[in-house]
Amino acid sequence: MSVAYSDVRELKGPLLVVGDVDRVGWDEFATLEVAGAPDRHGLVLEVDEDLAVVQVLEGTDGLSPGGVWVRFEGRPLHVRVGTDWYGRVCNGRGEPLDGGPPVAGVARPVSGWPLNPTHREPPREPVLTGVSVLDTLTTLVRGQKLPIFSVPGLPHLALATQVAGRATTAGEGFRVVFAGMGLTHADIGYVRDRLEERSAAGELVLLLNAADDPVIERILTPRIALSVAEELAFGHGDDVLVVMSDMTSYAEAVREVAAARREIPARRGYPGYLYSDLASLYERCGRIHGRAGSVTVVPVLTMPGGDLTHPVPDLTGYITEGQVVLAPEVHARGVYPPVDVLSSLSRLMRSGAGPGRTRDDHLPVAAQVLAALARAREAAELGELVGVSALSDTDRAYLAFRGVVERDLFAQTDDEGRSLVDSLTRAWSALAVLPRRELTMLSAAMVAEHLPAATAPPDDPDDPDDPDGPDDPDDTDDDRAGDAEDGP
Amino acid sequence: MELSTGRVSRVNGPLVEVLGLDGVAMAEVVRLGPQRIAAEVVGLAGARATLQAYEYTGGLRPGDHAEATGDRLAGLLGPGLLGQAFDGLLRPLSGAPVWLSPDRPDIVSDRRWHLEPAVEVGAEVRPGDLLGTVPEAGPVVHRFLVPAAVSGTVTWLTADPVLLSEPAVRVGDVAVPLGERWPVRVPRPFTERLGDVVPLHTGQRVLDLVYPIARGAAAAVPGGFGTGKTLLLQQIAKWSEADVIVYVGCGERGNEMAEVLTELAQVPDERTGGRLVDRTVIIANTSNMPMMAREASIHSGIAVAEYYRDMGYDTVVIADSTSRWAEALREFANRTGELPAEEGYPATLASELAAFYERAGLVTTLGGRTASTTVIGAVSPPGGDMSEPVTTATQRFIRSLWLLDRDLAYARHYPAVSWAGSFARDADAIGAWHAAQGDPGWAARRASATAILAEADRLASLAEVIGTASLPAHERMVLLGGRLLRETVLQQNALSPEDGRCSPAKGAALLTAVLDVIDACQRLVARGVAATTVEETDLADLIRVREEVGPADADGVSRRRDEVLARLEALR
Ligand SMILES: Nc1ncnc2c1ncn2[C@@H]1O[C@H](COP(=O)(O)OP(=O)(O)O)[C@@H](O)[C@H]1O
Ligand SMILES: [Mg+2]
Repeated sequence: MSVAYSDVRELKGPLLVVGDVDRVGWDEFATLEVAGAPDRHGLVLEVDEDLAVVQVLEGTDGLSPGGVWVRFEGRPLHVRVGTDWYGRVCNGRGEPLDGGPPVAGVARPVSGWPLNPTHREPPREPVLTGVSVLDTLTTLVRGQKLPIFSVPGLPHLALATQVAGRATTAGEGFRVVFAGMGLTHADIGYVRDRLEERSAAGELVLLLNAADDPVIERILTPRIALSVAEELAFGHGDDVLVVMSDMTSYAEAVREVAAARREIPARRGYPGYLYSDLASLYERCGRIHGRAGSVTVVPVLTMPGGDLTHPVPDLTGYITEGQVVLAPEVHARGVYPPVDVLSSLSRLMRSGAGPGRTRDDHLPVAAQVLAALARAREAAELGELVGVSALSDTDRAYLAFRGVVERDLFAQTDDEGRSLVDSLTRAWSALAVLPRRELTMLSAAMVAEHLPAATAPPDDPDDPDDPDGPDDPDDTDDDRAGDAEDGP
Repeated sequence: MELSTGRVSRVNGPLVEVLGLDGVAMAEVVRLGPQRIAAEVVGLAGARATLQAYEYTGGLRPGDHAEATGDRLAGLLGPGLLGQAFDGLLRPLSGAPVWLSPDRPDIVSDRRWHLEPAVEVGAEVRPGDLLGTVPEAGPVVHRFLVPAAVSGTVTWLTADPVLLSEPAVRVGDVAVPLGERWPVRVPRPFTERLGDVVPLHTGQRVLDLVYPIARGAAAAVPGGFGTGKTLLLQQIAKWSEADVIVYVGCGERGNEMAEVLTELAQVPDERTGGRLVDRTVIIANTSNMPMMAREASIHSGIAVAEYYRDMGYDTVVIADSTSRWAEALREFANRTGELPAEEGYPATLASELAAFYERAGLVTTLGGRTASTTVIGAVSPPGGDMSEPVTTATQRFIRSLWLLDRDLAYARHYPAVSWAGSFARDADAIGAWHAAQGDPGWAARRASATAILAEADRLASLAEVIGTASLPAHERMVLLGGRLLRETVLQQNALSPEDGRCSPAKGAALLTAVLDVIDACQRLVARGVAATTVEETDLADLIRVREEVGPADADGVSRRRDEVLARLEALR
C-alpha cells in the first residue's frame, strides 16, 4: 500500500498543496482520505521537489489541513472499460448510480493516447438520424465530431436525445454513450426518459454529472465516456455515438482550475490551452484502418449570450468537423428543430453523402437548397428595407421557397424519424417553387429525374402586373420541367 | 566531450526544471526520465535549466534522471521523406503504432539506398555541388549534395547501397553520410536572395487572377472556422505548380491528415508521372498530440523544404495553422512566468513570426541553382477577430493576404477569399511577367474585374436603401456583372472533378468571357433594352461552363462565350 501524506500546506479553490512527498509524478491520480467522510480523488497538476499540487475532483469544501491523508497511485487515472458498460448508468466519475456493481473491464488511462493520423481511416459512411434538416443538409458521418451550438432555452436536449435515440448506421452494433455535465435533475430525468428504449436494449451508457455535483468532476466525465467509447469501438467493433452535454459547463470547470492556479488567461478568463484541452476530447473520434468500429462525437454546448465568438463555441468550431447551430429566430418562427442552416455545416458530408453513400442527387440538392436560402435571406433583408412589393419576382420566389422549405423539410416533431428518401423528396418539392433558371447547381438530368411539376407556393410570388407579361422566362422554364417530369 | 547529467526538480506539464546539467547550452536537447523524453533547453539560471518537453510528461517526477545530448533539435533529412508522414520532430509516423504513447520506440529506417554517383574520385567539390542521385527515391530526382561546411577532393565513393546514417562519399577525410541531421530552427544557407518575380500558379482562380503569389514569397490565409482555410491550402498542395510540397498540419484535425494522405495517394501527378503524394512530405502534429512538438513542427517543415530547395526545386511549405503554433509559444511562455504582451502572447511573437516567414525566398543555392521556398500559413483568429495579435503581426511579414470572409462562406461562396480585404503586393510585377510571357492583357483584366467587383459592392449597399429598381440600367448591369464574376470566375468548387483546379489558359478564358458578356449587357441597355430583360436572361450556361469543360479547356469556354453573346445579341 502506498504512503499517505498528511502535510497539507495549502487549500485554495479546487487545489490542495501537499508537502514532504517523495517521488510523486506529474499527472498522477491521488486518493484523499478524509477524517469521518468519504474519500475524495485528485490529479497532480504540478510537482516541485517535495511539493505536489493536487486538483481535487470533488472540490475542497469541508477539507482542513489537518484532516486529509493523500495517497498517490503511481500512475495517471485509469478507468475500466469493456462491454460491461452496456446499459449502465454512472455518475460523472464512473461510479454506479444504477445499484449495480462497479463496472469491470480492462484498465485504460482516461486521457487515452493520440491516434496516429496515418492509421486513421477517413470517415465515409453516413449516420442517419431521422432528422430531415440534419440528414439532408448537414449529414453526420461515422467517425465525425459534429457539435450542436445552442442557447439556453432552446430545445437542444430534445434534438440531442432525438439523434441519440434514433441514429443508425448500415452496420450492426450501434451504441450511444451519453455524458451529461452540469445538467439539472429535470434535464437528467428528461434524457433518461427519452433514451429509455436504447437503454432497455442495452445500447446505452449514461454518465451523469448533475448541476449540483462537484464542478471539477466534470473534467473527468467526458474522458471516461470517450475511454469507454474507444474500447467499445476499436476493441469490440461497435459504432459508438458519444453525446456530451453541456460542454460549456465542462469548460467552466477547466477555467475554475486555471483561475485557482492564477494562470494568465487568454480570452474571457479562459486559459490559453482550452483549445488543446477540448481537442484532446473531440479528437478521440474517428475510425482506424482495418478495424470495424467507429467513434462519432456530438458535443452539445450553450453559447453564453448566444455569442458565437465566445471561446467555447469558437474553439469548438475550430476543432470539430462542422457545427449545427440552433437559433432563437428560427425557434420563434415555430420551427423544430430550430437549426440555422446557413451557419451550420458538416464538413465531412462531402465524403459521407452522395453517390454510393446516400443518393446521387444528395450533395447538389443540399448545395442548391443552401444557396437558395442564402439568396432568400438577402431578399428578406432587402424586403425589410424597401418593402416586399418592391422586390423582383425572383426575389419573391426565393422568399416563398424559404417558407415552403422550412414548413415541409425542416420542421418535424421531436419524436418523428424520417427516411432520407422522404427528406430528399421534400427538398425537391420545395425547390420546385423557384424558377427553373435559378437551379444552377443541379444538372439537367437530375432536374428531369426529380423535380416535380411546379406547385403553387403558399403566397403566390407571381405579380399579376408583371411587366414582362407572357414572355416571362419563368413560365417557359417551369413548363419544360413539367414536360420532363411527365415524360416516360 | 563528456555529456552532463542532472536531476529533475519540477514538472508542470511540458515545463520541466532540471538541476545540475553542467555546461548545457540554450536550445540543447536533453533526455528526461526512464522514457528518455526529448526536451529542449529554453532557460538557464545558475544550476537550474528550464526545459520544454516534446512529449506527455505524465509520471515524470522530481529526482528523475536528465541527460544532456550535446545536440540541438534536429531532423534527419535524406531520401525517403517524400510520400511519408512525420511528427513535429520529424520522426516517422508511417510505420509507427496506432496509439502514440511516449514510450514508443524510435523508428530507425533500415532501408539502404543506392547512390548513382555524379562525380569521380579525385573531383574537386564545393558546398552544394552534386555528388550523385538516388534513383529509388521516387519521381522527384533526389540530388545528394555536398553539405554546407564541406569542400575538397572526393576520395571515396560507396559502391554498395547505404543506410541514411552511413557514409556515402568521402571528401578529403570527411565522411558524408547519405542522410543529413539538420538543426531545424537554423535556416539552411544559400548564396543569395533573388529579386525576380515569377508567379506560382496555384490552380485557384481567385488567387491566380486576382491575388497572385510569387515563387519564394510568403502568404497568409486568415479566416474564422469553416471559412475554407484548410480546403484552400489542400487545393494548393494538390495543384500548385511546385516541385515539392511540405504540408504541416499544426494543431489541426487527425481526420484531415488522413484525408490528405489518402487523396494525394490517389491523384496522379501530371508533371512527374508519379502520384501527388510522391512530391509531398507530410508533417502532422494534430491538435491532440503534444503541444510543444507543435511549436517545433513549423521549423521542421521549413527545414525539409529548404533541403529540397537546395537541390534546385521550387518548394511550397503549407502550415495549417500558424495560430496553433503561436498558441504553443504562448502556452509555454505563460508557464515560465514570462510577462505577457497582448492576449497573453509573449512579446517575442512578432519576431518569431518574422523568423518563420523570412525563411521564404527565391534564391541562388550554394550549388548555383535557382530555387524557391514559398511559405503559406493559415491563421485562425479567435472569434474571427482580425485585429487579434497573430493576424495583425503576420500581415507585416507576408506578400499576399488571402482573407477569408465568413459571410461569403456562409453563402457558400468558395473559396471565400474576400476581394475587398485581400492583397497581393507583387500583383504589378506579376502583371509585367505575364506581359513578358505573351499575355499583355493580364493586368488589364485584373483591373477590370476588381473595379467591377468593388463597384457592384457599392451599388449593392445603395440598392439596399433605394431598391434595385431605382438604379439606372447601366448600374444594374454592374450589379449583374459583379454576380457573374463572382459565380463564374471567383467561385471554384474544390470538389468538382473539372473545376477543382484551373489552368492559366482556362482561367484567362473565363475572365475574358465574363468581361465580354458584361460589355455586351452594357451595350444592350445602352441600346434601350430593358434592364429587367437582360437580368432575367438565363445565363446559367455561362456560370456552369467552368464545371462542364475540362480544367485546361480554354476553347470550350470561348465557344460557350460566343453562344451566350449570340443569344444576348438577339435580345431586343
Ligand atoms: N473551395 C471550396 N469548395 C467547396 N467547398 C468548400 C471550399 N472551401 C470550403 N468549403 C467548404 O467549407 C468547409 C470548411 O472548410 P475548411 O477548409 O475545413 O475550413 P477552415 O479550415 O477554415 O475551418 C469544407 O468542409 C467545405 O464543405
Ligand atoms: Mg481548417
